[in-house]
Amino acid sequence: MSLDTIILPRRAFLSGVGAAALAAGLPRVVLADAPTDKRFVLIILRGAMDGLNVVPPYGDPNYAALRAQITIAKPGDTDGASDLNGFFGLHPALAEIAPWYKEGALLPVHAVASPYRDRSHFDGQDMLENGMLSPRDTQSGWLNRALTALGGGGGDRRIGLAVGQSIPLVLRGPTRVASWAPTRMPEANDSFLTLVQAVYQNDRLLSAALADGIRATAAADQAIGAGNAPMANAGTAGSDDGKPNQYKAQKALAEAAGRMLADPNGPRIAAFDTQGWDTHAAQGGAKGRLATALGGLQASLVSLRAALGPAWKDTVVLMATEFGRTAHVNGTNGTDHGTGTAALLAGGAVAGGKVLGEWPGLAETQLYQSRDLMPTTDLRAVIKTVLYEHLGVSRDRLDGLVFPNSSDARVMKGITRA
Amino acid sequence: MLDLKAASIAANRFGFGARSGELDAIAQDPRGWLRQQLVPEALQAAGTPSSAQLSQFLQVRRERKADPDAAKTLRKELQQNFRAAAAKRTLDAAGSAAPFRERLVQFWSNHFTVSIQRPVVIPVAVGFENEAIRPNVLGSFRALLGAAVAHPAMLLYLDNAYSIGPNSQAARKINRGINENLAREVLELHTVGVDGGYSQTDITEFAKILTGWSIANNHEPNSGQFRYRPFVHEPGDKTVMGKTHPEAGQDEATAVLNDLASRPATARHVATKLARHFVADDPPKEAVDALARTFIETDGDLHAVSLTLIGLPQIWSAPLTKVKTPNDLVTSACRTFGIADAEAGEMLLIGLKQMDQVPFAALSPAGWPDIAESWVSPEAMMTRVEWAMAAGQRLDGHADARDIAKGSIQPVASDSTLFHIDHAPSSAEALALLIASPEFQRR
Repeated sequence: MSLDTIILPRRAFLSGVGAAALAAGLPRVVLADAPTDKRFVLIILRGAMDGLNVVPPYGDPNYAALRAQITIAKPGDTDGASDLNGFFGLHPALAEIAPWYKEGALLPVHAVASPYRDRSHFDGQDMLENGMLSPRDTQSGWLNRALTALGGGGGDRRIGLAVGQSIPLVLRGPTRVASWAPTRMPEANDSFLTLVQAVYQNDRLLSAALADGIRATAAADQAIGAGNAPMANAGTAGSDDGKPNQYKAQKALAEAAGRMLADPNGPRIAAFDTQGWDTHAAQGGAKGRLATALGGLQASLVSLRAALGPAWKDTVVLMATEFGRTAHVNGTNGTDHGTGTAALLAGGAVAGGKVLGEWPGLAETQLYQSRDLMPTTDLRAVIKTVLYEHLGVSRDRLDGLVFPNSSDARVMKGITRA
Repeated sequence: MLDLKAASIAANRFGFGARSGELDAIAQDPRGWLRQQLVPEALQAAGTPSSAQLSQFLQVRRERKADPDAAKTLRKELQQNFRAAAAKRTLDAAGSAAPFRERLVQFWSNHFTVSIQRPVVIPVAVGFENEAIRPNVLGSFRALLGAAVAHPAMLLYLDNAYSIGPNSQAARKINRGINENLAREVLELHTVGVDGGYSQTDITEFAKILTGWSIANNHEPNSGQFRYRPFVHEPGDKTVMGKTHPEAGQDEATAVLNDLASRPATARHVATKLARHFVADDPPKEAVDALARTFIETDGDLHAVSLTLIGLPQIWSAPLTKVKTPNDLVTSACRTFGIADAEAGEMLLIGLKQMDQVPFAALSPAGWPDIAESWVSPEAMMTRVEWAMAAGQRLDGHADARDIAKGSIQPVASDSTLFHIDHAPSSAEALALLIASPEFQRR
């Protein structure tokens, strides 16, 4: 089934919202002014991305020895990195977007970490997303609180958008957000939805989710339009090797997010997840699991940029992971859980074309606990800078609400063009 | 006295809903109905042993360059076997005479997650549950832990099969070394939990201890089964969480697992997860305490722990606290509507993919989340309703919504739900509404 056949009836449902929806007490779609015209996309790289091979420091005298058979070759060598600045390169699986660096639309920040210093994925991701100093605090995420600071929860306008079946912690919290994912099922008609809403009346959890789902579906369909819709199949498990479908699904998510963000009346801030970064084994160099994950990320970025169209110039995309990986290659052609890593920023509003961050070096004594890249930049400082410069969240709100206890992670310079 | 409300809790919270007519029978003695299920299965799970399928997989992987077509054909075949076995697993649970025991199997299988996100797990995922989990869910936690950790599916999924001690004999010849993935997750996820009091050094030491726990390759005897490889084992004494383990080869890891299984932090960790699954997303402390106490007092006897679960007053006082996962939803729909074969169930089973919970495909070793928030985002809610609608259309003509409601949700259903099912504009919509109703979406 193509998406066209799905979208069309949904649009019909939307246009029919009037009488039936009012009778059922559904909120009408009211478009208030957005607090900003800038766009921000957060891509969470779940599983701990290996910054040392994504942005390889080929100029560091210790790099190749640490990485042995998974070393990314120097620029110019076979399967070598794309050169960035004579010291850092970019993984060859990102070759298609390497020109963005020269163009000023790509900005790596190296030796980055959240305040989390242990090595559990699950706690690390919770702290990446909650913006707190403990993984136990899972009431809300920093991006949701940033929406609150921007006044993005007022009325029916949803400024935040979760792309995917679930809302990641970073977007959970008091400010309501939209969520959207591709579906291949026939959609429910409005009379049935009205009935379901009636039986959900006394179930606050289910009724709130359904009301938001109906709203998001309508808004998304409006933004995406019927023609040319991304092929929708987010399921990857069960494909023969998991790869082609995965790229397709990732591209579809990114493209949908781009189209919705491009809509002047659409959301301004979106977040989605990517998987496949936990490269304990067969990580490889130019080819291998990391290259596969990067291929998917690159496909997402290219789709996102195309779908954003003119809005790309107002966009910052931040790609962040929970922590890095060991400096040494491990015993199975991979790397284990580490600490410092790289964050990537892309977009027309990024002041790219350089690599930010203080390089700590890779000598044994320079490593964190003699094993991981030493973090020198607090990831919260990078995020705060984007929220402040690009989206206009005030410093008071940044320190008081969005990232409490982050006064040591100061707003930086030179990340965005704002 | 018939207690239909308790029967509903017994059937839904502990099992996968009620088959037609079953609720009245359970109502005679809901707790007794649960207790009598807690006997080991008469027949241990049949089916192809995972080792045979793994052996095939390993052989073809070895020869894939020489014969790429054969490799492709076999990969397809293993995929199909997996899909068929996974569908059978759902339908078996739906049709089980001991659904509580079946839920325990799935709970522990999720606790010790292996996932087909790593393709090498595809040939062994269902076998893992049947061979390592199923026979042990009513035995000691220690036995369950040992079986799960030593199963080839786990050794491959968490990379231990190819981990090599840096000072082992093999390290001199092979340019490979240690991998700490399994050691970390055993501590963090399977036993003491992330706050269980271990350090990075403990993880690394435990990883050294685990070197050698591997699988037999296709050119070795017992191909596809567990194999200890002394040549890759890291020599020397090692200390994990304050306990020193003198060099003892394969037995070192056994000693660590013994130690971990008996720690109070493990009892607490397991009790919390059980209470979250069977009582509420935010489990009451009293329930966790009671489960942990039994666990400690009985040295982790899971039969005793399961009996404690049945006795928890917090479960019986509040119906419908848990939102069903997609897996619960699909399995209970199959049970409620009496669907027994994959062809008839195809439309219902496809819901597992649409709602993003393909069996054995969890995104991380932490397994599927067990709280409502992870499953009822606006988008997921729409998918649930759409699936309910499609299911209603598919089941139309095969079942009467009012009869089914009476035998399933009625004891705990609101008047509004029953009224709207009664007055739905069509029989298909009545069925869809029953499936979409809060009383069916929760357990």
